[in-house]
Amino acid sequence: MDILLFLGISLVAVILLTLLRQELPELAVLLSTVVGVIILLKLVGRLTELISAFEYLAAKAQINEVYLETLFKVMGVAYLAGFGGQICRDAGEGALALKLELAGKIIILFLAVPIMVAILEMVLRIF
Amino acid sequence: MPDINIIFKIAGVGILISVLNIILKQAEKEEQAQLLTLAGVVVVFLMVIQLIYRLFQDVRAVFGL
Repeated sequence: MDILLFLGISLVAVILLTLLRQELPELAVLLSTVVGVIILLKLVGRLTELISAFEYLAAKAQINEVYLETLFKVMGVAYLAGFGGQICRDAGEGALALKLELAGKIIILFLAVPIMVAILEMVLRIF
Repeated sequence: MPDINIIFKIAGVGILISVLNIILKQAEKEEQAQLLTLAGVVVVFLMVIQLIYRLFQDVRAVFGL
């Protein structure tokens, strides 16, 4: 998982994109999406090791599993919303990108509400 | 690496179509050039869909979405 692999892919893609951009903008958008997807595919494959490390630490610190799972869900939603938003912005659709990111934020809020409730109850129990 | 081949395939399709478009334009067949571009975009889009599906499955598995 070295940086050279990603650098190589993106440099080649940038050159091909400038080539395609004048004649066929549609294909340029598709090509930039493909490059983004390929890089993410390689990164996501490595994330499982990180996540198992976090789970191990959480188990050691007796943190409730639910919080960690929600955290990972929120990370996933933010990750994908950012990915889609950037692609829309590259294609020139700023408005669409904002709507997508708004949807991501709302979904994250939905995921975060149970945790807020749990924290509030914990605090109230102390007083 | 199979993934990188897809980038070159798409770039190849793109360059081929732009060249064919130029030829068709000179032969005064504008509408066929448009149809060719549409066909190229559809072919590339089918390739991209499978890749995106794989990404969504991996992300869903990793993040438990």
